[in-house]
Amino acid sequence: MDVIQTSLSGLWYGFEVAFGLHQVTIWGYTILFPMNLLWCFIGVLVGNMVGVLPGMGPLATISILLPLTFGMKPVGAILMLAGVMYGAQYGGAICSILLNLPCHPPHAVTCLDGYPMTKQGRGGVALGVTVFASFIGASWGITEMIFLSPILVKVALQFGPAEICSLMLLGLLAGSTLARGSPVKGVCMTVLGLLLGSVGSDLETGQQRFTLGLAELDDGVELIALALGLFGIAEFMNSVNQTGAINTQYSNVRLRDMRPTREDMRRSVAPMIRGTLIGSLCSLIPGTGPTIASFVAYATEKKVSKTPEKFGTGMIEGVVCPETSTHSSVQGDFIPTMSLGIPGDAVMALLLGALIIQGIVPGPQLITQHPDIFWGLVASFWIGNILLVLLNVPLIGIWVKMLAIPYKFLYPSALFFVCIGVYAANNDFFQVGEVVVIGILGYVLLRLGFHPAPILLGFVLGPRFEENFRRAMLISRGDLAVFVERPISAVFVGMCVLLIGVQIYVRLRGAKVDLPEPSMTPLAEKPAGPAPEKAGGRLSAVDAAE
Amino acid sequence: MVLFGLFAAVNAPRYNLGTLMHMGPGFMPTALGVILICLGLVTAGTAVATEGEEGILPEHPQWLGWGCILAGPLAFILFGKIGGMIPGTFACVFVSALGDRDATWRSALILAAVVTTFGVLLFHWVLGIPMPILRWM
Repeated sequence: MDVIQTSLSGLWYGFEVAFGLHQVTIWGYTILFPMNLLWCFIGVLVGNMVGVLPGMGPLATISILLPLTFGMKPVGAILMLAGVMYGAQYGGAICSILLNLPCHPPHAVTCLDGYPMTKQGRGGVALGVTVFASFIGASWGITEMIFLSPILVKVALQFGPAEICSLMLLGLLAGSTLARGSPVKGVCMTVLGLLLGSVGSDLETGQQRFTLGLAELDDGVELIALALGLFGIAEFMNSVNQTGAINTQYSNVRLRDMRPTREDMRRSVAPMIRGTLIGSLCSLIPGTGPTIASFVAYATEKKVSKTPEKFGTGMIEGVVCPETSTHSSVQGDFIPTMSLGIPGDAVMALLLGALIIQGIVPGPQLITQHPDIFWGLVASFWIGNILLVLLNVPLIGIWVKMLAIPYKFLYPSALFFVCIGVYAANNDFFQVGEVVVIGILGYVLLRLGFHPAPILLGFVLGPRFEENFRRAMLISRGDLAVFVERPISAVFVGMCVLLIGVQIYVRLRGAKVDLPEPSMTPLAEKPAGPAPEKAGGRLSAVDAAE
Repeated sequence: MVLFGLFAAVNAPRYNLGTLMHMGPGFMPTALGVILICLGLVTAGTAVATEGEEGILPEHPQWLGWGCILAGPLAFILFGKIGGMIPGTFACVFVSALGDRDATWRSALILAAVVTTFGVLLFHWVLGIPMPILRWM
């Protein structure tokens, strides 16, 4: 009862923050304006747009926008960046359903049934139902966040350094092994990220580490440079001249096409509920982001269905369930990030990084110390999701037209934003060079089948992991047994072992999940058939190496 | 795939670097270095075991595209240092735009001009980034 009350009053406060009026001076006139609302709106709008555009993901976008938020207040900044994140999820579905472009990992699976629907002239219905389902999924995720976070925080406040440490270990392991590609490579990347995180002055002694004698590296590698190098430059290098022809002949969707029939709605209800549950479960397991959630949802839906052979021919269930679970898990992913300070994937790590840059220490104390950020964020989720539903309906046509913008205009402009953004972070050209170097590294890793996202996870968590590890060692006088002796910590360590065990078991069994790899080229058109043709050579490298 | 081996080898000096320093600050990097070397060897082992896959280069290497993308930020550094924001931006966009397979001088010039105008307006006037718009030496 107590928890519910605090949660609800927190939510109310959040709305006050989100709608709060700020004094803004424009050209000498001071007016009252709901700035946070504006930032939230800009965030979801930009997110929605990049969600549709192939070759620009939420990661790259958030990294590009990150330097612009330095001058902003923390609340506005995080509202906007988070808006990009979930806004992009709404946009990604459009791309998958109308154009068969699996360019955004969580929505790749939607192509399988979404595009056949479009070819049957039911693309509008698919979109309409998706928007509705997404809202349901997101709402559940937010509700979960409202009530679960305060409880989690209560538990987490009793954590000592040892517990925090083993929890981080679990987060890192899960984040690196459950992502795409080989788990060993994922762990490699995480360790690399941790190492990168240790560049610069040592926290306690001030000893310079790995600075290569460059004074610019004393403060460590810049988060923005790392993110933009890995997800900006490396991605551009990967996609330049790789864009396939986009087939827009089916993509004229009118508003009235979007209204689903009664039959469609009836068929979508159960998948929606299943999707929501799967998504929220996936968000509770650290490291399983929206991508896993949507694949699990699709597989489940196929198993539950009475006519599994029809999947791939435009079954509405195959669209609704993955989309709902994606959204439910995107919102749910914020729970560990905001309440424990442990990000589940690279996007969350980036958002945490944004908070750290703003001088806010993430962790269980965040809700009490900065209630405006936490509850403002929660409230902005509601506002943002409602905005997205309203926006998505009339804007789909515009977004589809925007797809006609050739990549040759897009990436040079984005590169400029990368350059100026990194420069603006410190007013230093050195960081621009850093981006180039990291970009090359990121591309080579990508080609070798290492997915760079866990690097960011390790990088953001690295310094805090080290700090807590050393503190735990100090308290226990160098006795490693402390991690197993303390009960909560032991549970986390046990989960880590279990996780690795399951991974090895799965590997030995040789079970292989066939996932459509995100790519810039449309999936090969095979009307029936569960396994989509893998476009591009990237996945084959990953597969063969496993 | 020999690169995996190199990957671990490159990290070996880091490992030394860790132990040479005081036990305190060096501990973590050392441990991480060791883990990374082990993982690198494991990956290299599996890579050797499953031979006969494609190399690092994709089927159609885009040397021009890659070169231009990397040259863009470098041009930004160079021209930005000498001339300020306008030349830096222009050079950056122009050079990187040339990397696309059906880019022409004309289209790259137009794009660069548009982005420069827009960029200077946004970053200098609206956001007030302290970078000179234009300067002579």
